[in-house]
Amino acid sequence: MKEVMDDVALVLCGEAGQGIQTVEALLIRAFRATGYHIFSSKEYMSRVRGGENSTLIRVSSAPVRAFVDRIDVLFALSPGAVDHLRERINGTLIIADESFGEDDAVGLPILEEAEKLGGRIFANVVAAGAAARLFRVGEDVFDNAVRSLFERKGPEILNSDLRAGRKGYELGEKLREHLRVSVEPDPSVRGHVILNGTEAVGLGCIAGGCRFMSSYPMTPSSPLQIFIAENADEFDMVFEQAEDEIAAINMCLGASYAGARSLVATSGSGFALMEEAVGLAGMIETPVVIYIGQRPGPAVGLPTRTAQEDLNLALYSGPGEFARAIFAPGKLEDAPEITAHAFNLADRYQVPVFILSDQYLADLYYNLPEPEIGVEEEYHISGTDAGYRRFRFTEDGISPRGVPGYGEGLVRVDSDEHDEDGFITEDLNIRSRMVEKRNLRLEMLRDDALAPEVWGDDSSAVICWGSTYWPVREAIGSSDAEVTMVHFSQVYPLAPDTRELLESFEVTATIENNYRGQFADLLKLEAGFEVDHRLNKYNGMPFSVEEIRKFIGEVFA
Amino acid sequence: MKPEDYDLEADVAWCPGCGNFSILRALKMALADLDIPPERLVLVSGIGQAGKLPQYLKCNYFNGLHGRSLPAAVAIKAVNPELTVIDVSGDGCMYGEGGNHFMHTIRRNPDITNIVHNNMVYGLTKGQASPTSQPGFRTPVQVHGVFEEPFNPLAVAIALGATFVARAFAGDIERTRDILVEAISHHGYALVDIFQPCVTFNRVNTFQWFRENTYYSDHDTSDRMVAFEKSLEGYGSGKFPLGVIYHAEGDGTFEENLSIYRGDATPLWRRRHDPAKLKALIESKRML
Repeated sequence: MKEVMDDVALVLCGEAGQGIQTVEALLIRAFRATGYHIFSSKEYMSRVRGGENSTLIRVSSAPVRAFVDRIDVLFALSPGAVDHLRERINGTLIIADESFGEDDAVGLPILEEAEKLGGRIFANVVAAGAAARLFRVGEDVFDNAVRSLFERKGPEILNSDLRAGRKGYELGEKLREHLRVSVEPDPSVRGHVILNGTEAVGLGCIAGGCRFMSSYPMTPSSPLQIFIAENADEFDMVFEQAEDEIAAINMCLGASYAGARSLVATSGSGFALMEEAVGLAGMIETPVVIYIGQRPGPAVGLPTRTAQEDLNLALYSGPGEFARAIFAPGKLEDAPEITAHAFNLADRYQVPVFILSDQYLADLYYNLPEPEIGVEEEYHISGTDAGYRRFRFTEDGISPRGVPGYGEGLVRVDSDEHDEDGFITEDLNIRSRMVEKRNLRLEMLRDDALAPEVWGDDSSAVICWGSTYWPVREAIGSSDAEVTMVHFSQVYPLAPDTRELLESFEVTATIENNYRGQFADLLKLEAGFEVDHRLNKYNGMPFSVEEIRKFIGEVFA
Repeated sequence: MKPEDYDLEADVAWCPGCGNFSILRALKMALADLDIPPERLVLVSGIGQAGKLPQYLKCNYFNGLHGRSLPAAVAIKAVNPELTVIDVSGDGCMYGEGGNHFMHTIRRNPDITNIVHNNMVYGLTKGQASPTSQPGFRTPVQVHGVFEEPFNPLAVAIALGATFVARAFAGDIERTRDILVEAISHHGYALVDIFQPCVTFNRVNTFQWFRENTYYSDHDTSDRMVAFEKSLEGYGSGKFPLGVIYHAEGDGTFEENLSIYRGDATPLWRRRHDPAKLKALIESKRML
């Protein structure tokens, strides 16, 4: 019998259309209700049916928040599943459908039982039931999870799924001969929230006063579009699916001009279409928040995979020169607050502000006590008088922002170079002053920049940004090397003392989900700091704890 | 209000004799007739000589990107339905660069007026063909003359379900004013395509040519099929009809269909989220 202690990596793999996400949803509900800490993350192919998709669920006695390569238990729900995950199978307990004839697997008649229950469609719930039994989830607890997920589909479907769950539960009994799991429930988990990266950002959008979102569907930003659309009625927001990305961001700028805090969500190549309008935002000093769910490029790249390749795209997007800020939240704990802060900054400085997420962060779930939302919506719109000048020169470069219909003044904005009133001008002196005005606030953004989070007090550092936060932290925490983590959730502009901080370390390395080391280059450019080592990964998968640990062992031993 | 109430002292960048002057005049007259105060009026435009019109009229304006004025206009109206929103641009901006937005804005049916200066040529970039240029039109780049079918904005708009579709001629300020009054008063999206001679780069479609090749139609404007037939006239044979081509009561506008305005007319930008509701949403994530 195989024994797995208190941190089990369970992977479920099947074809698209088989309902692997349903299994994930069911199991994280059931495990959480049992009091287990959970983390889940998925990888999937760009197709509606077929292929091989997998979900990793870590079930643990203590908090777990990062992707691991290790697979302790694999549920193979499709014939190709074992092959798909071959490289990660090592001492793995494989549970496969009997019909696949896998030699090294424990066979269960999942599909056969599903057929008896009414069709293959029930295989996912049967498998979830078996997994629940293996992890000692109470039968009532599992039934409740099924209810919470299927209740809205009507009593007929609910009852069939309850039966499927029970059948799976029965089959799971056999698995207990092959594996002993000793995850201990932690009662505090039952009071935790479960969020994914998309929801964490979405909560921040609401907290930050988002009123308007227009977007064009694109993986992996679509979930944020769905989140806002689902919550639009409750929170006085408008969601409009635009005809294309160009319309989406131009709508946002129109909405923002009229006074509504605006959000657009897309991915790299969708954002590429929006670049001209980023320049417009800069020119008309109109706030907008741009969420980029990164995935591998160039062009269509790997549409459903993960990457951190679009930092440069965001950084250099738009013709001309103007101020902007770029955030890259790394964890669910503070993603809401950073997002709300992004909305405030956009309004405070009348600039485009970016939030860089990626497929890995957008789709992962874990439990946490409570997300931080200590940021309240700031209010930066003022009424206008008859002599109002939208682009009035001020000492700090920020003109009071009026909106049409609020006061006697007229609000004129123009994409051409313009004077203080917004009228087109080719006066080269005004031009120079306007360029300065648009760039001056970069210094204020720098002064406002979020300092990197420093975890540890060792003499060497691993530097990371965005979604690599937990994989790096867990790798450091579980390795012998003495390394500090320096994580940037604001990647541009960088906090003023970044150079000083980084120079205090003897050896440094960056870890990035891209080929070039875009952030490492940015550190050199903006902070004049050159890192010693770079670990780059660009195959479309997130960093695992193991590979970062290995790298740390090699570099910092 | 009087047309002069919309006057500005401005350095006008149009050529002397340009048809745009008449459109500007007609628009001021229409706005005065409708008593729309400048602070309640937003003109939205793209790029081109027509796109500069908002610069010469006392109003709020959003002069954005080439071809992208309509998405901005739709959003401005959605955020604040109390505003009168008029999108004004040229044939290249609206039917060329912005063709996709033209199509989808009609489908959305926002309560905005879309004025298109149609001079069948690209003026600001010095004389290339536009989507509405007539076959045979020679330019420095269409060296053998245009051979594509001209874009037919009226037929497209009617086909897509627009409920107000009109064509005006800048050479007739009074009638253009009347058409604009009707268009701005229309509940829903209104297209006014205005023939406007480019005196510098279009030596074919002159004031004289438009006079000879147009006529005011007095057909039943509420009959969609008749209107559709009218919209096809002038292409290849016959004269282009002027006036309101199609006018019907439309269904709900884009803004009216937004659930946030059901039972609460407060413009979106004045609203704040309720922190208690946000807290409840977070709490719901404990109940999974």
